[in-house]
Amino acid sequence: MAISRRDFLKVIGFTGVTSAVATIGGVLIGRGEDILKEIKPASKVRWAMAIDTRQFKTDEDFQKVIEACHKAHNVPNIPDPIRQVKWIWVDTFEKAFPTIEHEYISEEIKKRKFLLLCNHCDNPPCVRVCPVKATFRRPDGVVVQDMHRCIGCKFCMAACPYGSRNYNFYPPREFLSQVNPEYPTRTTGVVEKCILCYERLDEGKQPYCVEASEGKMFFGNLNDPNSPVRKAISENIVIVRKPELTTKPMVFYII
Amino acid sequence: MYNSDKVIVGIIIFILFFAMPFWLNFGKAKALPKPELPSDTKECVESREYMRAFHMKMLLDWRDKKVREGQVYYINSQGKFFKMSLQNTCMKCHKSMEKFCDRCHTTISAHPDCWRCHIAPEEVKKWQ
Ligand code: HEC
Ligand code: HEC
Ligand code: HEC
Repeated sequence: MAISRRDFLKVIGFTGVTSAVATIGGVLIGRGEDILKEIKPASKVRWAMAIDTRQFKTDEDFQKVIEACHKAHNVPNIPDPIRQVKWIWVDTFEKAFPTIEHEYISEEIKKRKFLLLCNHCDNPPCVRVCPVKATFRRPDGVVVQDMHRCIGCKFCMAACPYGSRNYNFYPPREFLSQVNPEYPTRTTGVVEKCILCYERLDEGKQPYCVEASEGKMFFGNLNDPNSPVRKAISENIVIVRKPELTTKPMVFYII
Repeated sequence: MYNSDKVIVGIIIFILFFAMPFWLNFGKAKALPKPELPSDTKECVESREYMRAFHMKMLLDWRDKKVREGQVYYINSQGKFFKMSLQNTCMKCHKSMEKFCDRCHTTISAHPDCWRCHIAPEEVKKWQ
C-alpha cells in the first residue's frame, strides 16, 4: 500500500506534537512533584533563648557560663584579640545594640555588660552565602555549621552582622590548656561558631551555657506557650540585636 | 638483529633480576597489618567482615546522620543501639589509634584526615 506524501506528513506531524506535549508535560509534572517534596510542614519545635541581663552582675557570672561552653567544646583561648576564637563572649551595650542605643537610655543599662552568642536567626544570612552548604538551618531552628564541609572561605563571617563567627588562623590545639576528649577540636582553616549544643538538644538536654547560668538564662521551645523562654519573653521587656536587619534573632535579652 | 641471542638472554636476566621482590616473596603474604583488637569485647558494631570492608562508609554515614540530620543512634543488624560518634563509640572499644586504625592505614597508604580535628585516645594524654 502506497502512502501519499500528504498522509505521511500528517502522521509525522501528529507523532511529533504528541511526543513534545508528553515530554514537556512529564517534565512539568515531575518538577511539580519535586517542589511538593521540598515543602515541609512547619516544625513543632523552635529553640530559642532568653538572657536575663539584670541578673548578670559580676565578671564571675559571665566567666562561669563562658567557661562551661568553651571547655566542653574545646574552644581555644587565643590571646590575639583580632584572631581569637569565641563561641560566647561579653560586650558593652553600645557594641551589642548599636542601633538601639540613644542618649536618653538609662545610665544603668548603658553600663551593663551583655552575653553575646550566635543568634540562631530565623532568617540566617550566613546560611544563604555558604557556597558548600556547610552552614544550614535545622528544622528546629538551630543554625549548625558542619565543620566537615567548611572550606574556610569566610563568606559567612562577612555575612553575619553579629560577629558570631571566627576563623581559625592559628592551630587551635596549641591554645588549649585542657581538652574534653568527648568532643572534637577544629583545625586551621575552618570557621566555627556556637551550635546551640545541638548534640545535647538531640539527647534531651539543655545547652551548656543555660545549665551553667543557674537560672539567669531561659531556654526552650518558642512554639510552646508554657516553655521557660516563652514565659520569660511574655513577662518581661525584651530586645534583640539589630532587629532592623530582619534576620529575626532568636536570642532575646531581658532588659 | 645483530647478536640477538645475547641480547635476548640479557633481557631475560634483566627481567628476572628486576622482578626479584616478586620471586622472593612468592606465595607469602608478609605485609599484612595486624591491628590490635579489643580484648574486653567480642563484637564490633557490625560483623568483622563488614567492618573491614565498609567502616569508612559507615563513619561517613554516621557523620552525616549525626551532624546534618540530627539523629543520635545507629541500629545495627542485630537490633543493638550505638551512639553515632567516632570518639565516643569507636574509640571507646578500640582504645588506640596508632595500634588499630593506623596499622592498616599505613600499610595501604590511606590517610583519613579525621584526626586533625577528632581527638585520638593517644592525643588526650598530651594534655594530662
Ligand atoms: C563494642 C565495642 C566496639 C565498638 C563500639 C567498635 N568496635 Fe570495631 N571491633 C570490635 C571488636 C571486638 C572487633 C573484632 C571483631 C571480631 O573479631 O569479630 C572489631 C573489629 C573491627 C574492625 C576489623 C578489624 C580486623 O582486623 O578485621 C574494624 C575495621 C573496626 N572494628 C572498626 C570500627 C569502627 C570504625 C568503629 C566505629 C564505627 C568500631 N569499630 C566500633 C569492637 C568494637
Ligand atoms: C582492617 C584494617 C583497617 C582498620 C583496623 C581500620 N581501617 Fe580504615 N581503612 C582501611 C582500608 C582498607 C581503607 C580503604 C582505603 C581505600 O579505599 O582507599 C580504609 C579507609 C578508611 C577511611 C576513608 C579514607 C579515605 O581516604 O577516604 C576512613 C575515614 C577510615 N578508614 C577510618 C578508620 C578509623 C577511624 C579506624 C579506627 C577506628 C579504621 N579506619 C581502622 C582499613 C582499615
Ligand atoms: C575540620 C575538623 C574535622 C574533621 C577534619 C573531621 N571532623 Fe568529624 N567532627 C568535627 C566536629 C567539630 C564535630 C562535632 C559536630 C559539629 O559540631 O559539627 C564532628 C563530628 C563527627 C561525627 C559525629 C559526632 C561525634 O561525636 O563523633 C562523626 C561520626 C565524625 N565527625 C566523623 C568524622 C570522620 C569519619 C572524619 C574523617 C573522614 C572526620 N569526622 C573529620 C570536626 C571534624
